Amino acid sequence: MTLTFIIDALVTVIGITTPILLAASGELVVEKSGVINLGVEGMMLVGTIAGFAVTFETGNPWLGILVATLAGATAATIFAVLVLSLGANQVATGLALTIFGIGLSSLIGSNYVGIAIDPVESPFPDALANDSFWRVIFGHSPFVYFAIVLVLAIGWFINKTRAGLVLRAVGENDLSAHSIGYPVIAIRYAAVAFGGAIAGIAGADFSMVISPLWAEQMTAGRGWIALALVVFAGWRAGRLLAGAYFFGVLMALELYAKASGHAIFPSQFWAAMPYLIAVIVLALISSRDGKDGKAPACLGKPFIPNG
Amino acid sequence: MRLRLEKRLEPSRTMLVMTPVLSVIAIMILGVIIFDGLGYDGPQAVWELFFTPVLDVYKWRDVASKAAPLIIIALGLSLGNQAKIWNIGAEGQYILGAIGAAGVAFVTQSMTGFWIIPLMILVGMTCGAFYAAIPAVLRTRYGVSEVLSSLMFVYVSLQLLSYLITGPWKDPDGHNFPQTAQLTDAQVLPHEVWNSGILPGLLIALIVAIIFYIIVSRTVFGFSVRAIGEAPHAARYGGFSSNGIVWATLMISGAMAGLAGVLELMQLTRLNLGFPSGYGFTAIIVSLLGRSHPIGVFIAGIVLAITYVGGQVAQTVVHVPNATAGLFQALLLFAILASDLLVRYRVRINVSSPPKEGQRS
Repeated sequence: MTLTFIIDALVTVIGITTPILLAASGELVVEKSGVINLGVEGMMLVGTIAGFAVTFETGNPWLGILVATLAGATAATIFAVLVLSLGANQVATGLALTIFGIGLSSLIGSNYVGIAIDPVESPFPDALANDSFWRVIFGHSPFVYFAIVLVLAIGWFINKTRAGLVLRAVGENDLSAHSIGYPVIAIRYAAVAFGGAIAGIAGADFSMVISPLWAEQMTAGRGWIALALVVFAGWRAGRLLAGAYFFGVLMALELYAKASGHAIFPSQFWAAMPYLIAVIVLALISSRDGKDGKAPACLGKPFIPNG
Repeated sequence: MRLRLEKRLEPSRTMLVMTPVLSVIAIMILGVIIFDGLGYDGPQAVWELFFTPVLDVYKWRDVASKAAPLIIIALGLSLGNQAKIWNIGAEGQYILGAIGAAGVAFVTQSMTGFWIIPLMILVGMTCGAFYAAIPAVLRTRYGVSEVLSSLMFVYVSLQLLSYLITGPWKDPDGHNFPQTAQLTDAQVLPHEVWNSGILPGLLIALIVAIIFYIIVSRTVFGFSVRAIGEAPHAARYGGFSSNGIVWATLMISGAMAGLAGVLELMQLTRLNLGFPSGYGFTAIIVSLLGRSHPIGVFIAGIVLAITYVGGQVAQTVVHVPNATAGLFQALLLFAILASDLLVRYRVRINVSSPPKEGQRS
């Protein structure tokens, strides 16, 4: 096993981890507010086509990322209106959002199939970004660095700031938060829109970096892995970061097993692992005493102020 | 002045029936606007999507073959919905049902006999039920939300399917395609029931609907499911076991999804990578659109099947992309979820400022 192989492997893992890290970071904020949005896959897909189409039409990838962000947030807002203002069931609405995202992205994207764009490249100078060793740190797209900064910022926000405390209060006990004067619905709107915006960026990462062309359902179920990751992390940002790279290794093993035909187990074994591990972790933390690492108490429950 | 919501004492029965109908009409109108906006012939696209499958006799068979699995899975889910137990892993249980039946088919390849088909159905339903039992164990023993766990197992089942058809169950005469061997004549149901033109799957769906109607309206079990959903504390006080209801609803919905998987396998005659069709997810829309009532679910299954078939028609006639049917299904679900509000609340125009009390629905 040569150094080049190790560096290649690390670059692959970091690359494929980034969209699930992004999407899961956004979903973490949403779930902390007591809302579960199962539409991550759909919002990501909306982001893939928004980012790709705008970048292709304007030639400006930053504008593409901006529009992908707004598109993700808009899709999330549809969900928010239904579950927060109209009291619709969160599970069904989230699934509807995923089906919506698949349909809408395919409808718009049918005009963009078979076109390639230039991938977004490392923000660092070529000497560092293309160096045979230093590319492991400097050779990534801006999405990679953004994702790591974002999850650390979210961890700081949730645990160390007053606004983060309010967010947790809304997710743990919406009635109490409401009765001491916090605008529960408005806070949840903001959290859901934020989660959608980040999922949109995660989608753009797919269509602008990982494979810089557009294909139907190109996120290939990674939105669901992001949901599993939030569960695996026990709703904590630090473990989310570590867990994302762990899942990234599993996904890389799946790719490796597919390409080489074997990696101790068949590729399907590695592909199934993130979901199985997430369920096992969920069972362990759910049956444990105490509050640490458990789902927010109000997760998935509607809150309708009588007015 | 602002709009105010006033909670109804009882859900409005009129709205319960009217809102799904209004949702479908609203989506047709929205469809014309969306298609026109995208540069297609809007009215014609909507016509092809919703009406051609109904008016063209040759499309009825397609509609029935899509409606049968949707109705069967959705009927199973409807019990859980009423008890507010969310099995969103029906797609996985559907796949496991097909895998179970394909396993029987694999073993009985060179055999004949009337017992093979019932055995395939039995094994398929059992596999579906046991796959749904995993979230049931996790929920009742460890307190894990069935929403997350049942969903996770969908993706495990997809990998299991992929492994089996590329590995141990791969068709040796399949030119290296990832698929199982074709089912033999002893392993598939006839194309129609007694030369009547009726698909066996649709007949089974009808029988299942009647059985569910009896369960829901005539048995203590049907009552206890609703009681747990509407008033969990009162139901427990009344002696109904909520864990028992979790087990029963999950395993029944798993068995139904498994049954649909077996029937679909018999129709397609083999497993391949295209087998997971999303019926398990679409069935969630069907059970909600049908208001979890057996008659409603039956009608809703046919409506959703029409959008599938109509989507294909619109693709060839108006050249809208393949994904259109899915987009309409999602919009329909949005509309039905939004209109739920009208069932539970009265919309009033209020002049004075509203009270600020928070209350869970």
